[in-house]
Amino acid sequence: MALVSPSIKATTQAQVRASITRRDRNIGGLVLYVLLLIAVATTLLVLFTLLARLFAPALPVFRDRGLSFFTGTIGSNPDKVGIWPGLYGSFIIGIGVIVVSIPLGVAAAIYLEDYAQNRWYNRLIVINIRNLAGIPAVIYGILGLTIFVGWLEPLTTGKTVIAAALTLAVLVLPIVIITATEAIRSVPQGLRDAGYGVGASKWEVTRDHVLPYAAPGILTGTVLSLARALGEAAPLILIGAITGLLPATSLDGPFTALPMTIYSWSSKATPPKSVLGFDNVAAAAGVALLLLVLVFNIIAVIFRNRFEKQRIGL
Amino acid sequence: MNDHNAATLAAVRSSSDPERNAVTEVDVAPTGPDPHAVFQAVDLSVYYGSFCAVRGANLAIAQHEITAFIGPSGCGKTTMLRCFNRMNDFIETVRVEGSVLYHGVDLYDPAVNSTEVRRRIGMVFQKPNPFPKSIYDNVAYGPRLGGVKKKAELDEIVERALKGAALWDEVKSRLKASGLGLSGGQQQRLCIARAIAVDPEVILMDEPCSALDPIATARIEDLMQEIKTKYTIVIVTHNMQQAARVSDKTAFFTTEVNTESDRRTGCLVEFGPTSTIFSKPNDERTEQYVTGRFG
Amino acid sequence: MTLIFRIAALTSVVISALIVFTLVRGAIEFLRLVPLSGLIDDAKTPGWFPRRNRFDLPTVVLGTLIMSSIAMVVAVPLGLGTAIFLAEYASSRTRRIIKPIIEVLAGMPSVVVGYFALKFIAPELVANLFQPDKIQNMTAAGIGIGILIVPIMASISEDSLSAVPGALREASYGVGARKSATVIRVVLPAAVSGIVAAFIIAVSRAIGETMVATMAGGLDGSGARTSSPLDPGLSITAALTNAAGGSDQALVGAPVKVLFFLGLLLFVVTMGLNLIADKFVRRVRQKY
Repeated sequence: MALVSPSIKATTQAQVRASITRRDRNIGGLVLYVLLLIAVATTLLVLFTLLARLFAPALPVFRDRGLSFFTGTIGSNPDKVGIWPGLYGSFIIGIGVIVVSIPLGVAAAIYLEDYAQNRWYNRLIVINIRNLAGIPAVIYGILGLTIFVGWLEPLTTGKTVIAAALTLAVLVLPIVIITATEAIRSVPQGLRDAGYGVGASKWEVTRDHVLPYAAPGILTGTVLSLARALGEAAPLILIGAITGLLPATSLDGPFTALPMTIYSWSSKATPPKSVLGFDNVAAAAGVALLLLVLVFNIIAVIFRNRFEKQRIGL
Repeated sequence: MNDHNAATLAAVRSSSDPERNAVTEVDVAPTGPDPHAVFQAVDLSVYYGSFCAVRGANLAIAQHEITAFIGPSGCGKTTMLRCFNRMNDFIETVRVEGSVLYHGVDLYDPAVNSTEVRRRIGMVFQKPNPFPKSIYDNVAYGPRLGGVKKKAELDEIVERALKGAALWDEVKSRLKASGLGLSGGQQQRLCIARAIAVDPEVILMDEPCSALDPIATARIEDLMQEIKTKYTIVIVTHNMQQAARVSDKTAFFTTEVNTESDRRTGCLVEFGPTSTIFSKPNDERTEQYVTGRFG
Repeated sequence: MTLIFRIAALTSVVISALIVFTLVRGAIEFLRLVPLSGLIDDAKTPGWFPRRNRFDLPTVVLGTLIMSSIAMVVAVPLGLGTAIFLAEYASSRTRRIIKPIIEVLAGMPSVVVGYFALKFIAPELVANLFQPDKIQNMTAAGIGIGILIVPIMASISEDSLSAVPGALREASYGVGARKSATVIRVVLPAAVSGIVAAFIIAVSRAIGETMVATMAGGLDGSGARTSSPLDPGLSITAALTNAAGGSDQALVGAPVKVLFFLGLLLFVVTMGLNLIADKFVRRVRQKY
């Protein structure tokens, strides 16, 4: 009768004990577990090596230069350069993202979640947004080069930080829309019904009930997209952020941004007499960018946690 | 052997405190290792972190019988069932006190290999959970793990298991079709076939019919009667009529509210032949439950 | 109000239309200057030399394929391994520690990884392991790209593993399967659509990744055709940034116009991959 092993029907205490205390020689399982551990450990090791290799050359810069590294300008002497133009450019880009893509993105999300009927053109918009989110950043650079640098030159005066800000605002727009849509979708229908029940109009319900409830979720997406915009370099190369020597901090002239500073310093040869190398200042600028992006990511995580708590009613 | 157990329990009862609402343990006091029991729970308590889900349960389960666990939600009957094949191991915070003896061997002894335990003690779950594989592969899954590789041998096991679960005639022409394409009742019988394909000694069933319609339920109940000659069955059920219809023995669990934390701890109230539990129970709480006045 | 919201939503469509229009128009203008037949260099040592009007498409396609393949060789074991570990093996405490660390890696600006590839992976790791002729080469860039896409591979795979119902794992344990057998024979097959989606999305990101390829590929916008991963090489994206980098004048001439053609190529390939991945993701949603 035994289908698998004859011992399995053993029922005396000794037989049962023998069969269920059999040592498990599970070599395959052990191998799998060790391989997985190696994968995780390698991933963590890569990250820590990266951080170590970024911070180690950066430390002398912060030690020797102190604040002047943040207020100095770009140039050809690594003992004197600073990231001020980069910070300025990144700051304006951040403003651009906040001013352009957040209102636009949230409005689009409100439309898609609360106003749009299930028609083919609305479904097309949703599919389109998902595709936009997957397009390589460098292609947005081509778009920016043509539209914001070229067609809209009267507005942006060409290869300026305004063109860069608009380009990156467009780049993160799909992320803002997707995260805002998810936040609005999680608003309980009961909350909307309660608003309609007391005679509020659609817009009043959106303004007074839906948006406040979805706000932390929308903020999470906003902050994440800011972090993304600040770290992006490829589109800036396309629209002509400068890598040279000009101390550029204006809205209508040549510009740079923090990631571009890292990019240009990374491949510059250090002049023979300088104490610090371009390696060092590139790493230091990298640390500055990484911390900036990290701070925004941490803020996003805090918002997200608060949002989750609110959703489960804590 | 059945008589022996009943006698033991009767003896325990006659010697117990005559007061009906006395502490739970008295009804089913530990009787020392019972060599004839398949399972014997001795002062079994289960904790999830600091929360006690089941407290101090004692009972013995006899071979080739169907034992039903009944009681209101949250009374710990499923928790208790999952101790019998160490399915609770997968919950990180779980802690078991007392012992579960399986043919006299403590299942929670550190030397025990929980995988081997589950090969001998199969389980059927609340919701039918066939793998997203073919009907054949679902049933052959366990035997393959056990090292059966030959096609002819596997074919034979699959056929026998499906026949055993009264599913063969319905699926023999489409063994390669997905198990997910079957109806709910068929899926549950497929899960039973999957469990008996490894030829276990015991089958634990955790509310196996709660997701099924009455006709599918009746088929599963018939099936249980057919296979109890080969297997020992323990079934958790919400449905008192089901317990009355299918089981030989019934254990009634209830909840006690913990006055400090306001959380409910499950406890075993009474255990005995099903006819006794349903017609003249010893405990007032059992009587209230089976007559529908509570729970 | 509705009108304002609808216009906002339509902006995204306008953006897509503008992207397609820009790329197609520029690509056509490029093809007027350089006919299709000119896209395969017939010189003795063929290569991508835009300033000399030699646009050898196989050079940049090979470069992209080599770098992306190396990236996937790095990212698949690390990403998938991390995902399986987190979803199936890690305690909730371990998960709480490791997941934020992976998120740090996910937020890593690509220019920083480019620096890392340039200053560490190439001169210390690849140089010691493989003794290449040139310090800067496609292997180093590929590893850098791989590091960037590990988090994508890990998070999408982990999502699909976590979406496998616990009931299936219980069913497997219930017939006496070990953890490893349950993972390999039940959980992974059930999550395969999501893992395939993760793979395709990761490939798409690897192909579109620009900074690491530009910084660590070892070339300044021109180079000979090569199929050796230890040679310096040019990806489509690196050729693109270099075409734009030299454009201080107006957008004229094939060396600049080529960026629209390359952009269109990149757009079509990545969008195609994303659409396929989307199909797989939807299959996951349907199943559970």
